[in-house]
Amino acid sequence: MSSKRRKPPRRDVRLHEEVTAEEGFVWTRKDLLGLDELSPQEILHILDTAESFKEVSTRSIKKVPALRGKVVGLLFFEDSTRTRMSFELAASRMSADTILFTSKGSSVSKGETTLDTVKNIEAMGVDVFVIRHSQSGAPHLLAKQVGASIINAGDGAHEHPTQALLDIFTIRQRLGRLAGVKVAIVGDIAHSRVARSNILGLRKLGADVTVVGPPTLVPNAITAMGCRVSHSLDDILDEMDVINMLRIQFERFGGGLFPSLREYSKLYGLGAQRLSRCKKDVLIMHPGPINRGVELTSEVADGPNSCILQQVTNGLAIRMAVLYLVSPVRE
Amino acid sequence: MKRLLTAQQLDKALDALYDAVTADMPKKERIAVIGIRTRGETIARRFVARLAEEYPKLSVDFGILDITFYRDDLAQRRGIPLVRATEIDFDLDDTWALLVDDVLQTGRSIRAALDALHDFGRPQCVRLGVLIDRGGRELPICADYVGKKLSAPAGQRIQVKLRENDDQEGAYVFKKA
Repeated sequence: MSSKRRKPPRRDVRLHEEVTAEEGFVWTRKDLLGLDELSPQEILHILDTAESFKEVSTRSIKKVPALRGKVVGLLFFEDSTRTRMSFELAASRMSADTILFTSKGSSVSKGETTLDTVKNIEAMGVDVFVIRHSQSGAPHLLAKQVGASIINAGDGAHEHPTQALLDIFTIRQRLGRLAGVKVAIVGDIAHSRVARSNILGLRKLGADVTVVGPPTLVPNAITAMGCRVSHSLDDILDEMDVINMLRIQFERFGGGLFPSLREYSKLYGLGAQRLSRCKKDVLIMHPGPINRGVELTSEVADGPNSCILQQVTNGLAIRMAVLYLVSPVRE
Repeated sequence: MKRLLTAQQLDKALDALYDAVTADMPKKERIAVIGIRTRGETIARRFVARLAEEYPKLSVDFGILDITFYRDDLAQRRGIPLVRATEIDFDLDDTWALLVDDVLQTGRSIRAALDALHDFGRPQCVRLGVLIDRGGRELPICADYVGKKLSAPAGQRIQVKLRENDDQEGAYVFKKA
């Protein structure tokens, strides 16, 4: 079957439908596993809650007692800097205690299964687990097996919900709307959990998403998620409101998915010249860590169109909101 | 749902609260009027507008407090409604601070509000003004200024309705679900 036929029509009215927050909506989920399972209302509820948490970070006493006495377990079976520190700080701003687990130097090397590791840590009295794992679906499996709340902080190539939420939050903050906003996500779409969560979330809130990259990294089947595909960055530059540049994952280089870094950078990197052909107020995003000179030149990454550091700041508010929303809900 | 106060009676209670506060309020110091979301905010807003009219020389700041993060019953709630931001964008230190709420019952909201307020600064003093005091305290807290005293059994809830929030004015009593 030709995947081209499955492309959603570009002028579909439902594509630009604006979702507004319902009065009196209440959050009832115990876990945050991905944006796939969330309704547009639930996504908006997280964004709006984060809006209130932003204020806490501007106070001279940057701490509220909302999660006093709760324990947040940060389980990082895979490396992370930003996400881990962001969750850790978010938990401490809400007066929760944190315990940190990284698979390096732990019993994982002795052959303990993920489930056993988590159940043992839960037995110490943990209320919320923040989990990053290289296996897609690991947080979903754990959510069925443990009583504590589970927050997915990135699972394999599946989802990274808090990253997408902070991206969407930043877009809404900068542009004041989401419906009809044209967003390009550029890079290794096939292996990117950030891309998947972003597409899911943005589509639910009515944004128009185009994914861009070489054919080996952008499967055509991804149009089933309701986005457009382009293999040429130059073709779509001028119509985009937001360009989200994903990190090129050096660890995948051996796979022969593209000929050379130089070629990739030439075709899909964003420098001053390409930026000059974009809309004047285009928003340049990157989930970090940046490979300077590969997907973004320093001039663009540090320029006025970039909101990369704002994304990091907003990430804290999003994670405070998510920790707050999932933790007290119990049957 | 039964009506406790008509629009006129509510107006009278608001006047009584206003008079009690202005009789006691220092006229030379910086005043901070802080409303607790949602109805307390509305009452405080009206209050500040009236102060500006009748005491144009007075220095009055207006703030809004959302006490959700400071509540002691978070763990008992089943769903989480939207939290809104606290807005105190002035220097609270050394002000004469008036905390405003619509109904005073257990005193737990006020406890939470005092904790929240002290994360923003150190007022010279804090006074509490409420539109309705219905009794039923669970903490040693009492209001300095009261618009109307009522007594209602513990199982009943008193709800104040204000034009800005509910398109109508009055106070109602109903059984808790």
